[in-house]
Amino acid sequence: MTAPMTATPLYDRPRFRHCGDCAVLVEYGEGIDLSVNRKVHAMARALRGQPVVGIQTVVPAYRTLAIVYDPLAIPLKGLEGRILALEAELGADVLAPPRTVDIPVCYGGAFGPDLEFVAAHSGLAPEEVIHIHSRDPYPIYAVGFAPGFCYLGGLDPRLHTPRLPTPRTRVAAGSVGIAEAQTGVYPADSPGGWRLIGRTPLNLFNPLKSDPFLYQAGDQIRFVPTSPADYDRIRSLEDP
Amino acid sequence: MTDVFRVLAPGPLTTVQDRGRVAFQHMGVPISGGLDAFALRVANRLVANAADAAVLESTLVGPRLEVLCPADIAVTGAATALTLNDRPEPGWTALRVGPGDILDLGAADNGCRAYLAVGGGIAVPPIMGSRATYLGGRFGGLEGRALQAGDILKRGPADLLARPRHLPWFPLYGTTIILRAVPGPQDDFFRSALKVFFQAPYTVTAQANRMGYRLEGPVLSREPQAPASIVSEPIVAGHVQVPADGQPIILLTEQTIGGYAKIATVITPDLFKVAQAKPGDTVRFASVTLEAAHGALGEWTAYLDRIDELLSA
Repeated sequence: MTAPMTATPLYDRPRFRHCGDCAVLVEYGEGIDLSVNRKVHAMARALRGQPVVGIQTVVPAYRTLAIVYDPLAIPLKGLEGRILALEAELGADVLAPPRTVDIPVCYGGAFGPDLEFVAAHSGLAPEEVIHIHSRDPYPIYAVGFAPGFCYLGGLDPRLHTPRLPTPRTRVAAGSVGIAEAQTGVYPADSPGGWRLIGRTPLNLFNPLKSDPFLYQAGDQIRFVPTSPADYDRIRSLEDP
Repeated sequence: MTDVFRVLAPGPLTTVQDRGRVAFQHMGVPISGGLDAFALRVANRLVANAADAAVLESTLVGPRLEVLCPADIAVTGAATALTLNDRPEPGWTALRVGPGDILDLGAADNGCRAYLAVGGGIAVPPIMGSRATYLGGRFGGLEGRALQAGDILKRGPADLLARPRHLPWFPLYGTTIILRAVPGPQDDFFRSALKVFFQAPYTVTAQANRMGYRLEGPVLSREPQAPASIVSEPIVAGHVQVPADGQPIILLTEQTIGGYAKIATVITPDLFKVAQAKPGDTVRFASVTLEAAHGALGEWTAYLDRIDELLSA
């Protein structure tokens, strides 16, 4: 089950794995890889843009796209044929630059109680940790685990930090943290073991809004350092 | 909207559910919804509700409710010791209730989850296209939580039924269930374990809830070269995932993405049997081809349509 050694982890053409009677997984390549992930999201967007009769939902992840379908409305062979034909048409869209969503973050202090630990662990000054963390945008490989939770790629290896030995029983919504090679934001209050380095004043997820999310998988996120005063100002504009 | 029930005793886990929240899975929002889609559908049909109306789903023990206005109700799913003012009443039948009546669903003696529909539907604000309670996200249904004593539930507008409706037969869930399943998506990880999986009986453990059903039985070993986990990928209801301990878990509708390999997927027409299984029950899996699964779905859909027709006559 190990991938053959090739220059790119991308498959020549998508492969299908069946998930029972009403879903099929479309696989684009091996491992966690941005070129594979871009293919997944390009197809997800194409299918949302021009709905195919019989396809009920599409759910993208790192290297796979789940297609939930009604086999009584579209036979599986017909569905797979449509996907392969659409794939052949897509090509150029995959290269379109992703949308970048800015997320203001107030680093350190009460919002980032573990910033000092991450700095000490990496041998950097806290200001350097903030600079490195907020320098480059992070691709959103997938959204899942909890509503609006982003699986982000691209954390600088210098900032990789182990999780807390004992998770906190409550982490406030908006907290920005690091766990091993991952960085991310808690969209809602929850227990959690990530090292917290800051907090965003934005509501990442508001189920009562007609558009409850600020981003989607396939976008990228950039963290923008923000002062406590700006944090308070933005926070006061958000719904409680 | 009219006040219809005051909750006197909620039961261990009673939530407002409908067909589920399907449109935001790509954003990490799971479907939730009634786990026994068949019982939910029939309950709504018995009181002439639209198919997307919200109902109450109870677990093992149903709620005790004071009725606050005239209404038609129907209880389906698990067979419970249903009483109206201490008189036994049948399930799978529309009942007329009125102010001051005490409706007690009682304990399930066949199955696990009962569904209570009321004409007009349980009225809670739809959130992201559904009234289903998502307990993990603390939204949907009644304030995103299970019912509590003292809660007042409202119903939507509805005319009372001109004629009583009744389903002349209903499922007996039993304590051994056979679930038809299609191997995959990662059946190649478990080539030699597939035989065990489709032969051995498994027992439902106490860790069985709306997230999933953890089973106990012969260990399902991965092929030596198969990785211990996979790159996280989307999950559908009915996936049977196998974590490192080799004990299978049937996943339901409260998760969108996961990183364990799946040996097989239970077919849609058999998912209601999982919803009605209790800790201690026996589960057997029967292998079906994808073609057979699609045939079974066609028959199941035709059967549901016949029930709809029968109940609207």
